Amino acid sequence: MNDSTLTLPPKPPKPRPVRPAVNAVALLSGAVLLFWLIAALIGPSLMSQGGASMGEDAVFAPISAAHWFGTDFLGRDVLARVVQGTRYTVGVALTATLLASGSGTLLALLAAASGRWLDAVLSRAVDTLTSVPGKMFALIMVAAFGSRLPTLILTAAIIYLPGAYRIARSLAVNIDAMDYVTVARTRGEGRLYIMLHEILPNIIGPMLADLGLRFVYVVLLLASLSFLGLGVQPPAADWGSLVRENIGALPLGSAAIIMPALAIASLTIAVNLLIDNLPGSARGGH
Amino acid sequence: MGAPVTVSGLNIVAHTRGGDQPIVKDLNFSIAPGEVLALIGESGSGKTTTALALMGYARNGCRIAGGSIRIGDVDVLSLSPAETRALRGRRVAYIAQSAAASFNPSRSIMDQVVEPALIHALMPREQAEAKAVALFRELALPNPETIGSRYPHQVSGGQLQRLMAAMALISDPDLVILDEPTTALDVTTQIEVLRAFRRVVRERRATAVYVSHDLAVVAQMADHILVLRDGAMREIGSTEQIIEAPENDYTQSLLAAAQPKAREAGQASASAESRPLLQVSGLSAGYGPRDRSGQPATLILQDIDVKLYRGQAIGVIGESGSGKTTLARAVAGLIAPAKGSIVFDGRELGSTLKDRPKEDLRRIQIVFQMADTALNPSQTVERILARPLQFYRGLQGAALQARIQQLLDLVQLPAALAQRLPGGLSGGQKQRVNLARALAAEPDLILCDEVTSALDTVVGAAVLDLMAQLRRELGVSYLFISHDLHTVRSVCDEIVVMQQGRKLAQVARADFERGPHHPYYELLARSVPELRRGWLDDVPAAVAA
Repeated sequence: MNDSTLTLPPKPPKPRPVRPAVNAVALLSGAVLLFWLIAALIGPSLMSQGGASMGEDAVFAPISAAHWFGTDFLGRDVLARVVQGTRYTVGVALTATLLASGSGTLLALLAAASGRWLDAVLSRAVDTLTSVPGKMFALIMVAAFGSRLPTLILTAAIIYLPGAYRIARSLAVNIDAMDYVTVARTRGEGRLYIMLHEILPNIIGPMLADLGLRFVYVVLLLASLSFLGLGVQPPAADWGSLVRENIGALPLGSAAIIMPALAIASLTIAVNLLIDNLPGSARGGH
Repeated sequence: MGAPVTVSGLNIVAHTRGGDQPIVKDLNFSIAPGEVLALIGESGSGKTTTALALMGYARNGCRIAGGSIRIGDVDVLSLSPAETRALRGRRVAYIAQSAAASFNPSRSIMDQVVEPALIHALMPREQAEAKAVALFRELALPNPETIGSRYPHQVSGGQLQRLMAAMALISDPDLVILDEPTTALDVTTQIEVLRAFRRVVRERRATAVYVSHDLAVVAQMADHILVLRDGAMREIGSTEQIIEAPENDYTQSLLAAAQPKAREAGQASASAESRPLLQVSGLSAGYGPRDRSGQPATLILQDIDVKLYRGQAIGVIGESGSGKTTLARAVAGLIAPAKGSIVFDGRELGSTLKDRPKEDLRRIQIVFQMADTALNPSQTVERILARPLQFYRGLQGAALQARIQQLLDLVQLPAALAQRLPGGLSGGQKQRVNLARALAAEPDLILCDEVTSALDTVVGAAVLDLMAQLRRELGVSYLFISHDLHTVRSVCDEIVVMQQGRKLAQVARADFERGPHHPYYELLARSVPELRRGWLDDVPAAVAA
């Protein structure tokens, strides 16, 4: 903010770097994310050979011109399997994370902007959820309702809601104590206006950072559920199940297990880098 | 015994995206042993940065880019990190503005006061404690023998500030840096602390640097004054010369702002109108759960009566904890009164916000002290001002834009500011936006809670001028809450004096200078530092006690 108030001494005509609106890291990670989103949307239709075809090729074949990611434990093309899995991993994880963070933040805003009573009820209810171990809860849900996609999404969302609620509430309570919120109250503003216009914009930066972290947790939860065989059911497979299916390739160092793992890593790291470097977010903007 | 300090060619820069920005430019000064030099200037003038540099320290993001600092025979800037650590707290000591934030709440005071002596292995603990007790006595602290065993929250703010001085002085430093040590204190407390500081500094003949924005305080403490602005020295001279014959025009404007001046009253029409705009009668209010008779657990206000006529400005003055802010909150509807009534323009106001119609809310607006927390940092100035206009009057489009421009004009801000976020405004500009937002509702009454306390003298004076002008032009009334009698006297028609939640006295403008008044009012009046040397010696001992 000093840029405008201080006058710089005249500089020799040196090409000054123009500050981009979004920095290079954000662009790169955005590109990675976009790549996976496109892969999820139109990837499967672009693949010439389906991930289902098997038989003629060797099991755990190395990377070759025909199979860029090698083949898996049934001789299927791993690239095709990863692209098909994108839809499950990105779709399910993203939906679940948005659900968890979105509803957590909304409840937190409601708790902060409302009186003590509603705050207490909401907070204790969420505490109750926190007390149930996440994996255990997921196992029970899957046992009760089967591993259908809506069940998985809802389960992951419920497991990660309390964390988002806790963080958003502690941020929102601090903002709620600010004088500008008091001014809005004395103006006669309704609860919804205070929640969405006065408090939310001031906690959105940290909440986005939290969203990135939470996305990683959800991807890992889904991957571990799939690894246990309780997630997405074969022949469909998310990246977690791909890792599990091909676990036999671990001693061989085959691409069949490395590639899905790399896909998980690239997606989660890209989401976090992107959110950290968004203009205006907690670290990137200032 | 202090050491001479010589600073030459000091340059400090801050790292920014566009390269290094100078924040202290080519500063030269020297302090003779045992003398006190005051660094004075508004916020952002580099006074604290300079003071910290004397310890070889630059804040995060800043760097000492050049120059030399000598304390006695030590060249501070050429020391290794280990040697700098040995210097700090031993040969140079620092007393910060907020003692409350500088003490560790979980350790006893004595532990922290003797720490510098123990860290630098100057003396055994018993000896250090004995010395600390002697210092406590010298600083006129109550129960010097036992106060050390208390914890920071068990002593008052003024006492804590003096305890921090004891911590700084325990190692007999060559140079003491006092960074606005009394700014956060009430005026009556400030006198005690100033006296204690001056006595120890004089008796020990310590060399000291006193950082402040308050010329009147500095006049009591310093031998020489250095006036800083934008990191550059404007003027240096003896205290007498700076106060009586300032050469630089900036110093002159600082002096002018520090002088109390009455601002035109406007149409105070108490006689013309029989009905007061605001009538508070028998008001009691407090916090905490209520008992069966409706009394809150902690009663802050008791039996307050205030009458305010249209176009009038009433000042409410008192020290921290006197309940003056609670009074404003009760009038604003933020806290429900336990007893009594608030009648506004002939109708009784609802006790809480929910009970008040929108029109009542519009007619009473509140302006807070800290413009930093009073403006939503994620909304542009335009949006901040637009909201009350849309909310109360339903303005849209061109009419809305025109009104926003008009409001900015009214508070003397350039129209280009409308697109900025509060973070891009200076303190004075923020306070003007804050005021403009209240004016947007076209209120009859504005509750001003310490509106100038967080501002520099010059900026604060400009805001007060603006408020006086708005009162003349728009006929708004003010309930003006402040701990600073100077400020209140210069804008208000009447002053209500509060202490411990009760109204002690009410003084009209015509009687400001004529006594006798309530003794507490007299005490407050005498406690406001005056811009002349020797004021501190003239203040009767009863005030300081």
